Amino acid sequence: MKILVCISNVPDTTSKINFTEGDTKFDTNGVQFVINPNDEFGLTRAMWFKEKQGAEVHVATVGGAQTEPTIRKALAIGADEAIRVNAEPTDGFFVAQQLAEVVKNGSYDLIIAGRESIDYNGGMVPGILATLLDMNFVNTCISLEVDGTNATAIREIDGGKEKISTSLPLVIGGQKGLVEESDLRIPNMRGIMMARKKALNVVEPVDASQPTQDQKFEKPAPKGPVKLVDADNVGELVDLLHNEAKVI
Amino acid sequence: MSVLVYTESEKGKFKKNAFEVASYAHKVAQDLGTSVTAVTFNVEDNASLGDYGVSKVLKISNDQLATFNAKAYASALAQAAEAEGAKVIIVSSSADSKFLAPILTAKLNGGYVPNVVAAPDSTSPFVVKRTAFSNKGFAHTEITADVKVIGVSNNAFGAVENNTSATVEDFSPSLADDAFSTKSIEVDKVAGKVSIADADIVVSGGRGLKGPENWGMIEELAKVLGAATACSKPVSDMGWRPHGEHVGQTGKPVASNLYIAIGISGAIQHLAGVSASKTKVVINNDPEAPFFKAADYGIVGDAFEVVPKLIEKLKEFKAQNA
Repeated sequence: MKILVCISNVPDTTSKINFTEGDTKFDTNGVQFVINPNDEFGLTRAMWFKEKQGAEVHVATVGGAQTEPTIRKALAIGADEAIRVNAEPTDGFFVAQQLAEVVKNGSYDLIIAGRESIDYNGGMVPGILATLLDMNFVNTCISLEVDGTNATAIREIDGGKEKISTSLPLVIGGQKGLVEESDLRIPNMRGIMMARKKALNVVEPVDASQPTQDQKFEKPAPKGPVKLVDADNVGELVDLLHNEAKVI
Repeated sequence: MSVLVYTESEKGKFKKNAFEVASYAHKVAQDLGTSVTAVTFNVEDNASLGDYGVSKVLKISNDQLATFNAKAYASALAQAAEAEGAKVIIVSSSADSKFLAPILTAKLNGGYVPNVVAAPDSTSPFVVKRTAFSNKGFAHTEITADVKVIGVSNNAFGAVENNTSATVEDFSPSLADDAFSTKSIEVDKVAGKVSIADADIVVSGGRGLKGPENWGMIEELAKVLGAATACSKPVSDMGWRPHGEHVGQTGKPVASNLYIAIGISGAIQHLAGVSASKTKVVINNDPEAPFFKAADYGIVGDAFEVVPKLIEKLKEFKAQNA
């Protein structure tokens, strides 16, 4: 089985978010970039397939040279090869078209992408990718087993979960649950040394449409101070929620 | 050239979000000078959609579509859009809508913007406001594609009554076998429990509750309020509560009217997941907990003393306001 894990290079989850150039660009100043958490769960599951079922694992990202430390980390964790499509990922459909080209050139059986990136939260790359490639697709995937060309997945639904049977080739939008958080790996020195020798192929983007464009960003309006209620007067909270906030 | 809306249903009844997305579609249709066509799956009585501004219903009755199937539903919706000449399609932010919208977008070669929190800034050019950076910011995004797919955030627009009378037409999409290449084998849903996505009120517990054995009072508070229960990340990591209840940047986002956080200090990732909620209440014994800065109302106190009192007061309130 040949697996492609799609990696998004995103600001660390604790990052403070600021904008620059008249609120038209994300301010990367002082921000640490990491593997998108939803992708990291997928990468770790791919490592399991590599170790238990002999899969070959490649990783791909769409981004400039500044994303290379992030994909090098994926190689250090154990991916066999990396591909970087040399383009700014400004739109989900654009990114999906670039990744579709990577998949076609690499004949992969299973493509694992995060259900969404934690920066732009578009959540569209896995579904568009699957549709462009005419592959099966399971979103918000929290469990995946593969037996030959048969796949069994569990996806999270509102208020529960759903078990799905399908077949390879398959695209999943993965998330926490695919593996436990405690199974996530920190690259060790040997992995980091080996990653230096692994191929990181840079390919140029293909012509692709960009159907959406972010014009401007803004931060949420600053919030007023919290209204504190005395612990001995809980009834006042009920009153405030009813009469002031009008939520009960 | 109508605005198309996908109205979700379960077991033949519309979900709450169906009326919200219909209301949003009505607003967009007004701006564009056109009308709203809704697509429904296996719903017999479609008249209620007229109350929210829908003037035409394409009613699909098909046993193959009895359970949700993203690819098949997207195929049916794409055919409905083509039949209606619809260039704007409105969906919700449910797990199902977020599953099918990208497939639909790719089929129609359109542009998709999810997590939209307000009526369009303008319809020419077509610009919508959406959350980004896991609710730590907003983006105003222009959709330049001919076909525009918009995912409306839960509770962002609300259901707005617009009395229209809806005509109903049967619609039979042609579905290839390939549309069913993923099959649902089993659905596991806790019956009678409010899901986080549908909830107006969410009651959430954190590490401050000290252990899963103390969740009874969280559940009781949720029951009194008709709320869903949720938890912080450490709580689901420790296995006190299922993953599906984890709220935050890598868990579920919450966009409820009221979010009550009990024994949750308020890590930045947790706050990102709940910031779309309208009113936030924090109960924590640490006055320095970061959540107090993000909350509207707070009680500094021991959850084990405050929560039972709150349950009593709410019961009294409900008895008086029944």
